[in-house]
Order: sequence, then structure tokens, then C-alpha cells
Amino acid sequence: MTEMIIPAVVSCIVAFFTVYLSTPYLIKFLQKRNIAVPDMNKKDHVMVVRPGGPSIIAGIIASELVLYGFFQINEILAIIITSFIAFVIGYVDDRKVMGGWFKPLALVFASTPIIFLGVYDSHLVFPLFGTVQIPALYLGLIIFMIPITGNTINSIDVLNGVASGFMIIASFSLSAALFILQNYEIAIISLPLGFVSLAFYKYHKIPSKIFPGDSGALTLGAMYGVIAIIGHVEIIAAVALLPAIVNSFLFLSSMKRIVEHRQIKGKPVDHTEDFKLKATDDKTAPITLVRLILAGGPLSEKQVGYTIFRLAIFSGALAIITAFMMRIQI
Amino acid sequence: MKIGLFGFVFVMWVLIIAGGGILVTLLGPFSISGYGDFDFLLASIIKAIIAMILVVIWILILSKLKNLIFKNEIKF
Repeated sequence: MTEMIIPAVVSCIVAFFTVYLSTPYLIKFLQKRNIAVPDMNKKDHVMVVRPGGPSIIAGIIASELVLYGFFQINEILAIIITSFIAFVIGYVDDRKVMGGWFKPLALVFASTPIIFLGVYDSHLVFPLFGTVQIPALYLGLIIFMIPITGNTINSIDVLNGVASGFMIIASFSLSAALFILQNYEIAIISLPLGFVSLAFYKYHKIPSKIFPGDSGALTLGAMYGVIAIIGHVEIIAAVALLPAIVNSFLFLSSMKRIVEHRQIKGKPVDHTEDFKLKATDDKTAPITLVRLILAGGPLSEKQVGYTIFRLAIFSGALAIITAFMMRIQI
Repeated sequence: MKIGLFGFVFVMWVLIIAGGGILVTLLGPFSISGYGDFDFLLASIIKAIIAMILVVIWILILSKLKNLIFKNEIKF
């Protein structure tokens, strides 16, 4: 364990500072080319540049390459390749609006390095009850895992700072769970995800200077999914992600189909005169986590964001409890 | 509302734990014999089908619970 401290510290520093130092240059680059979108929740038609995906993927690749210098294991290669493919898919969607099915289908392709590199075990570990061998089903799980985690993080990227802030909480909870389960190597490999998110949050928090875009959100979600598989902590990862899963579940159960946000005509959320957010009563609009939070009355963007973070902390705590429960068997 | 959301997340967590228990109890000891080389493949396919049925049941329960927990809020 002690011999892992140096790689852990170095990779976390590289992850944090790659994003922290490269993002201002990326913002300037995007501003010069006027690659910006309006921030819908601001009064004065503020334009915010995007995507922040390039600095996020740079942080992930740089830190994971550092780790690969210390541990030559295929798990690190799986993280790098899968995250990079997810980044490319997101970047294509950032530059050219694709259909609702494009991202889920393309992300299936992103999950193939996990299979080809053989960095998975075909059993699921459940708290209290033990493991179950499901070879055929597990391959299906890998194929679905990356599209699900990628799109789940992407779907929660609706307010300033929410996607990166949520990812900080979820990924550090997952890393803590891996340490509790004494899976130290994967725990260390997972740490850069939290530090990349932390550095990006500095520029993404309200008022945002940059949005992650699909390339950023899909990259974060895909890396999270790979960690869940290679660390054999699929259930814990799902628990830490519960608020985002609730959001996707509410969206899908109200829309009853996979649809791109841009294609929805009804508005789930509107603004009050003082530009607070309020839930609409539009029956054609999807039910979302933000809409449910606002059902109690109008709130500022910051207040809604903090409510989502409190939910993330709650589910992160449940994930850590689940990790402790993994060590108990009935 | 906010308490309802925390409650919904908690219920989802309980359902995951309980669902895991059912999965391990049902599928763990499940095996097929008498089909030679196909034993493993057949057992795998049947396990996959049972697991998918459990997931569908899980989603249906969750939908009912969503309507129950948020019945006062979801008027849209």
C-alpha cells in the first residue's frame, strides 16, 4: 500500500493541474472563435463557451499515463481508450446536433475496449448476499454500462456547475468505497476522475465560464462506468449515481422514449420575474429532477444546484454504507 | 418535496439491496445438466432472462412508488 502513495499523489496533481491550467486557454480559444451558447438561466443573454471536454480528456489521459508508468496494467488502458472514444462521440455531438439514438448507440462501441482487454470478471457482487456468476448477462451489462453512465451524467448537466460538482461527490464516494474494499490499485486509478472534476468545477460553477458540453459530460460518465466494471463495484457505483439515475428515470418514464433534449417542445422549467427557476405545468414537458425540486416553489439556480449536491452527498453516503455491507455476508 | 426526493433515493437503494438478494438466491445455485457442452450456455441464457424479468419488475415497482411519493407534486 505505501508504495502506491507516490503514484497516487503524482497522478492526482497531474489530473488537477492539467485541467486547472489548460481550461483558461481553452476558454480563450473558444471565445476567439465565438463557439458559445446562451446560458438560458441568466437574465442578460449571457453567452458561455463550450465544450470543456478537451481539457477534461487531457487531464484524464495525462494522469492515467502517469499511473501506467507505475503500474503496467490493462485496466488503465481500458480507462484511457474508453474515455477517449466517449470524448470523440461527445465532441461530434457538440459540433453537429445528432439524433437521440446517436449517443447511446455510439457509446456501445466505446465499451468494447473493456471486453477486448479482458479487464472484467463475469460476476456481480451484492451487499449482504454475496456474488452471482452471470457470464452471458455480464457482457450485456458491460455494453450497456458505458451508454448508461455517460448519458446519465450528460442528462444532469442542466445547470451551472451541476455535472462537474455531482461528479466530484460521486467519484470520490466510489474511490472511498474501493479503498474500503481494499481494492487499492483501482482506487488509486479512480482518483484522477474526482480531481479532474474538481479542477473543472472551478470554471463550471455558477456563473459558468465554460460548459463541459457532451464531450465533457460523456467523458466523465464513461470513465465512471469503466471504474465500476474494472473495480467490480457496479452496485456501489449505481448507488452513488442514484440522483442522476432518478433524473433519467423520471425523464424516460414521462417521455416514454429516448429523445434528445433539443427535440422536446414542452418546457419543464420557466423563470419568475426575478429570474428564479419555477416548475411549469406543461403536460407535454418531461418530468425531471430539477422540475420536482421546484415543485415546492421557485428557487434560484444556485439553490437548485445545492439541493442536487445534497442528494449526491446522501447517495454517496449510501454508497459507502453499501461498501461496508459488502464485507458482511448473511 | 425535498424530503420526498431523499425518500425516493432511499427506497431505490433498499430495492437495489433487496433485488440483489433475490438475484443471488434465485440465480446463484441455478444450473442445468444433461445437455453436454450446452449446459453452461443454456444456464447463462436462462439466468439472463430471469435477471431481465427482475429488472422489469424493479422498474414497475419504482414507477408505482414514484406516483405514490410524488402524488401531491406531480400535477404536471
